[in-house]
Amino acid sequence: MTAETRRPPAGRDEPRLVRTGSDMQVRPMTPELYRVRSRRADRVDTVTLQLVPVHGECPPYRPGQFTMLYAPGVGEVPMSISGWARSGGYVHTIRAVGAVSGALCGKRPGDVVGVRGPYGTWWDIPAAAGMDVVVVAGGLGLAPLRPLVRELVRELVRHRSRYGRISVIAGTRTPATLVYGRELARWSGLGVDVQVTVDHPDHAWKGPVGLVTRLLDRIVFEPRRTFAFVCGPETMMRATADDLVARGVAARRVELSLERNMKCGLGWCGHCQLGPLFVCLDGPVLSYERASRLLAVEEL
Amino acid sequence: METVVIRSLEPLIAELRARGFAVVAPTTRDKVIRMGEIASESELPRGCGDEQEPGRYRLREGDDEMLFGFAASPDSAKRYTQPPSRTLFRMRGESIEEPEAEVPRVALLGVRACDLAALAVQDRVFLGGRHPDPDYRRRREALFLVAVNCAVPGGTCFCVSMGTGPKATAGYDLALTELAGPHRFVAEPGSACGAEILGALPRVPAANADLDAAEEVSRTAAEHMGRRVDTEGIKERVAGAHDSPRWQQVASRCLTCANCTMVCPTCFCTTVEDSTDLTEGAAERIERWDSCFTLGFTEVGGAPVRGSGAARYRQWLTHKFSTWFDQFGTSGCVGCGRCITWCPVGIDVTEELANLP
Ligand SMILES: Cc1cc2nc3c(=O)[nH]c(=O)nc-3n(C[C@H](O)[C@H](O)[C@H](O)COP(=O)(O)OP(=O)(O)OC[C@H]3O[C@@H](n4cnc5c(N)ncnc54)[C@H](O)[C@@H]3O)c2cc1C
Ligand code: SF4
Ligand code: SF4
Ligand code: FES
Repeated sequence: MTAETRRPPAGRDEPRLVRTGSDMQVRPMTPELYRVRSRRADRVDTVTLQLVPVHGECPPYRPGQFTMLYAPGVGEVPMSISGWARSGGYVHTIRAVGAVSGALCGKRPGDVVGVRGPYGTWWDIPAAAGMDVVVVAGGLGLAPLRPLVRELVRELVRHRSRYGRISVIAGTRTPATLVYGRELARWSGLGVDVQVTVDHPDHAWKGPVGLVTRLLDRIVFEPRRTFAFVCGPETMMRATADDLVARGVAARRVELSLERNMKCGLGWCGHCQLGPLFVCLDGPVLSYERASRLLAVEEL
Repeated sequence: METVVIRSLEPLIAELRARGFAVVAPTTRDKVIRMGEIASESELPRGCGDEQEPGRYRLREGDDEMLFGFAASPDSAKRYTQPPSRTLFRMRGESIEEPEAEVPRVALLGVRACDLAALAVQDRVFLGGRHPDPDYRRRREALFLVAVNCAVPGGTCFCVSMGTGPKATAGYDLALTELAGPHRFVAEPGSACGAEILGALPRVPAANADLDAAEEVSRTAAEHMGRRVDTEGIKERVAGAHDSPRWQQVASRCLTCANCTMVCPTCFCTTVEDSTDLTEGAAERIERWDSCFTLGFTEVGGAPVRGSGAARYRQWLTHKFSTWFDQFGTSGCVGCGRCITWCPVGIDVTEELANLP
């Protein structure tokens, strides 16, 4: 682990290290430039952007992974990849909650942002083969789950699904804050059991009201042969996972996607630590078997 | 090349400078030993000792011949491998410029065994994982390390407990042991580069008496550790103590000032800062040292995960002595004692460890 073996004997005229073009690409804190190809306002505070690389190709990703998205001059934040843009790029659905997410939501087609990644672990979709699949999303938790459901639906459409029953439960604050509403309806039409619940109904709302866990009674799954994918606020994920485990689903077959403060995505900045884990490297997707003990410790 | 005796450091300093190295060594500044560039042996703090206790640091008169009669100073080698702040890139319009990485050709003279161990820990953090840091590698490889074996450990030192000192055993280019009567150094090369430089200096072969005297220095130092830690089962013991009432007690004294993490030679956490230059329309991103003691460190969804001081102290101590093993296969603490000395309220990590269940 020492540097001595790699270093040539020092001499006065040793050239200074000079950066070269190919060198630059291996500096992991430097973003690649991406152009906003399209922008769709989903709600008052939520926008879906399609981003394509200005130079070169967009690296492949797996559902559940995230990028570090840079709003030039403002800052950089982790964002789940919500899909693959048709012209070879990433889809991101972003809620404006602060300076950086707000600046990203304000980007228009043609604008340039920075992208690093993809980073992190992904949903273990192959492990769900042969089982009932339960997908539970709270709010924007649907963002990293969308590419997963799309993958399952692709097989349904081809009548070659390797999975049992597929259910998607989405919870949202009010009917107006639901994201991917049209897509949820499309999945429903293709044979997915889609259930939506709201915290605060408006007068037009006729569906269920209350926590997502209530809807676990409405869907059909065989607990001992079920794989669950859960993303949303941490309290919602823990309540859902505990409920599923109490119903007989194995904790190792319940996967969550955790949110922590992240400044690098590389295991360098230390911000995302959760006990022994770096959530940017060992997560964000973790099995409940691994996460439950850590999440149970307050302020870990 | 075998171990030799050199009479003076002047030829070594001159040789390093002739090879293009800036020689950085202990100097006294504001009544504290700080690392600074020197041109001659006369700038070293001759006859200077130190007193280090929890929350206390004083220079005192030492043995008048000795050049290294003190223990760890607040500056560690970290400053040279991981600069306190660096520009990551600048963005102008649609182009990104990376500033040329600053790779100072520095020879660190007077590095202690604990700091060499800390460099090995940093290597695991920045080079051993999935995303090696090329800039760290360059800075690390450009360093020339002249270790000095400790003769007079400080009151807060516990390298013997952590298995990292007081004698430097690996990771140096040259290792020196300072001997008195007559004043001289036993010098041992640790790399080809170190041997080459040593070969260019006036020297005599080390006699058995010199080698014995050098061994005696390290043996005596080992017997004079200011502090100790029982490391038996420490990883599990600390991991199992997350609900100990002790965290509350220490938090009632802790100012969450982050001094301990700033002086620690292995703490690696950073944050980033963005700015724009409105006149030029350029954006800049800077990385700088950060600490898990700051409130914003874990903020997510508008609230910090570790809001209480107790949770932040627990994170620091648990990381150092337990989860570091999970992440990097080694202890995160090398026993240099800096965090104890430089804590404004004198919190002593060895005492906190002893008091955990
Ligand atoms: C792995 C991962 C994936 C993520 N994926 C997505 C995604 O697909 N889409 C998305 O919109 N976000 C996602 N996030 C969250 C996103 O990173 C944060 O919303 C973002 O960092 C906020 O930064 P900011 O500078 O805009 O706000 P900040 O300046 O950090 O915060 C400003 C204020 O906004 C509020 N706030 C901040 N964060 C949140 C939050 N998460 N929820 C509610 N209020 C908040 C607080 O009141 C805070 O004081 C993800 C996070 C992680 C770790
Ligand atoms: S935790 Fe304290 S004693 Fe251990 S290496 Fe860091 S500063 Fe030194
Ligand atoms: S103790 Fe704190 S500042 Fe030091 S490396 Fe660990 S998390 Fe970072
Ligand atoms: S985000 Fe920096 S270490 Fe995980």
